[in-house]
Amino acid sequence: MRQIGQFGLAVAFLTALSSPALSEGDASRGEAAYRPCAACHMIGEGAINRVGPHLEGLMGRPVGGLSDYRYSDTLVNAGANGVTWTEDNLDRFLEDPQGYYRGTRMVFRGISDAQTRADLVAYIVQEAGSYDSAAAPSTGEVPPEIAAVLAIEGDFAYGEYLSSECTACHANQSGGDIPGIAGLAPSTFIHALMSYKIGEREHQVMTMLVNRLGDEEIAALAAYFATVE
Amino acid sequence: MPLDRRQFLGSAAALTATLAAPMVARAQTAPHVVVVGGGAGGATAARYVATGSNGAINVTLVEPSRAYYTCFFSNLYLGGFLNMDSLGHSYGTLASNFGINVVHDWAIGVDRDAKTVTLAGGATLSYDRLVLSPGIDFVEGSVPGWSTAAQNAMPHAYKAGSQTELLRAQVMNMREGGVFAMVAPPNPYRCPPGPYERVSMVAHMLKQNNPTAKILIVDPKESFSKQGLFEDGWQRHYTGMIERIGPDFGATNVSVDPDAMTINIDGNVEQVDVCNVIPAQRAGKIAEMAGITDGNWAPVSAYDLASKMDENIHVLGDAAAQGDMPKSGFSANSQAKVCANAIVAALAGGRAFPPRFANTCWSLIDTNDGIKVGATYEATDEGIKSTSSFVSQVGEDAATRETTYRESLGWYDAITEDMFGTA
Ligand SMILES: Cc1cc2nc3c(=O)[nH]c(=O)nc-3n(C[C@H](O)[C@H](O)[C@H](O)COP(=O)(O)OP(=O)(O)OC[C@H]3O[C@@H](n4cnc5c(N)ncnc54)[C@H](O)[C@@H]3O)c2cc1C
Repeated sequence: MRQIGQFGLAVAFLTALSSPALSEGDASRGEAAYRPCAACHMIGEGAINRVGPHLEGLMGRPVGGLSDYRYSDTLVNAGANGVTWTEDNLDRFLEDPQGYYRGTRMVFRGISDAQTRADLVAYIVQEAGSYDSAAAPSTGEVPPEIAAVLAIEGDFAYGEYLSSECTACHANQSGGDIPGIAGLAPSTFIHALMSYKIGEREHQVMTMLVNRLGDEEIAALAAYFATVE
Repeated sequence: MPLDRRQFLGSAAALTATLAAPMVARAQTAPHVVVVGGGAGGATAARYVATGSNGAINVTLVEPSRAYYTCFFSNLYLGGFLNMDSLGHSYGTLASNFGINVVHDWAIGVDRDAKTVTLAGGATLSYDRLVLSPGIDFVEGSVPGWSTAAQNAMPHAYKAGSQTELLRAQVMNMREGGVFAMVAPPNPYRCPPGPYERVSMVAHMLKQNNPTAKILIVDPKESFSKQGLFEDGWQRHYTGMIERIGPDFGATNVSVDPDAMTINIDGNVEQVDVCNVIPAQRAGKIAEMAGITDGNWAPVSAYDLASKMDENIHVLGDAAAQGDMPKSGFSANSQAKVCANAIVAALAGGRAFPPRFANTCWSLIDTNDGIKVGATYEATDEGIKSTSSFVSQVGEDAATRETTYRESLGWYDAITEDMFGTA
């Protein structure tokens, strides 16, 4: 037993040495690794944009390539230069998002463990499918609470006033762990705030602040932030 | 009547001027807001009055320092997490991008009848509305034996800058196994968790450089902000290093001798090596000079932060007695926005929106061990009242604490950008 154990270890060690490339990913383990991503990214059929772009048909899709999502310049430029998402660049992006695409709005510090990353990529590949096979634009159901806010025409001046509560913590250009919110499409913005209200996302400060915003106020904020450069 | 006729002629002349040269006429007749103090409350107010009125209001900001060093995060400097430069901010962008007239001088008097402010350099500024956000001064004699004359021997480091640098140098140079003492302030004071975050940061530094050193807190309060969280953290990171003497053991009867470096706690004399005295506090002196204080603070309306004694003066931040909000940079910034909206509505006809306030204070206990406390507030006739709140929990996992710390760095960048208009 003891010898086999040691032998097994030695094999693993050798494999690690001889294959610096991606270790085989396990999609079922990757599902757990995807959980934090799900707060912002919907995946699979019917996925729609939330705080982050939806991932349906991600593999092979141009980077920054959804026309109805507002990306950082760095992702748009990459896509314009013909870069598309592959297992390889997804892996490197997820290792260190800010290092790989400096200026990305994605607030995620990265996953240093190569195996966890490989599992996650395997899961994304399995669930997201590839770009060519991606069906028509997403048609996911919008929860009624969110639809109600989307239907309101936001009061811009009120939104500008209310925005000063947000800018105490959200810098105009995100750098740290608090995301930039300037220029978000109203639908994205409203989804983001409402997801705290309906308990899909949780954060002590955000949940507290959003809970005292009425529908009119969220619509006003969305109208204002959409125009901020 | 001659008076009527003169008035009539006067306004006709003004009308002609407006038609002929609208820009000049506007500049001459534009309402004037003077803001005293370019800190968390004052810099924010100046910026938001200027932007909210689209330049229709002339804004003058009076602040003696050319660079503002934030008290917030100055404890992280003490702990070696940040350098002093990263705490300094200039007023350049407020002047160049927001058209604010920044005057580096002290306000030394307010004539409320004439609606003028006198500056130490001799100038007199007239105002339609005056905003005072002068921060704190110390109550002389609150710690017998200590006065500002003794602040080199026993620093307060409760206004950031050279005092903070001095305190850090003293801790760095403390003898091996020495005693760092803090005389903590009574309520109410600037930044309720501030003294205890400071103790954490000093302990962090001593643990590396001087692990047999001790920390003694002499505290006149029964309890303090985030106490359970801090004490849990001290237990985990700095076992056996920190001792706190509360009112039960004589901490309400304390005096110091800066020459002998001793603290007398209810008759027991302790020899210490570094002594951080944080005295009792009151509104910055200019508030008292303006005659709008009651006791140590300036009472204000919760709706627009207007002084209860003069509706043309608004008081923000630490200096104000407003109700439930803690004296924090976050609070001062929040109040400034409500106040600016009310001023723009009154002087330039902008839309007035309902007041709303919020605060969150982050503190660092040790590397990547951050905690936070926060609340929302509303205006009532009785003052600003808390409506909901949260606080970090004892026993949170390390990832949560690290996220909280990293979040605080994001907050710092945002609030200083919000105050000074620069990234
Ligand atoms: C160690 C420490 C840690 C802290 N940490 C935090 C934190 O993490 N988060 C937080 O939100 N808050 C924190 N605070 C509290 C925060 O610094 C204050 O609450 C905040 O600065 C108050 O803003 P203010 O505008 O009232 O006063 P200040 O920011 O102090 O500004 C007052 C300004 O007025 C000027 N001034 C005074 N008198 C005159 C005069 N007569 N004429 C012209 N100018 C004048 C001064 O030079 C000064 O620049 C901390 C404080 C300390 C001491």
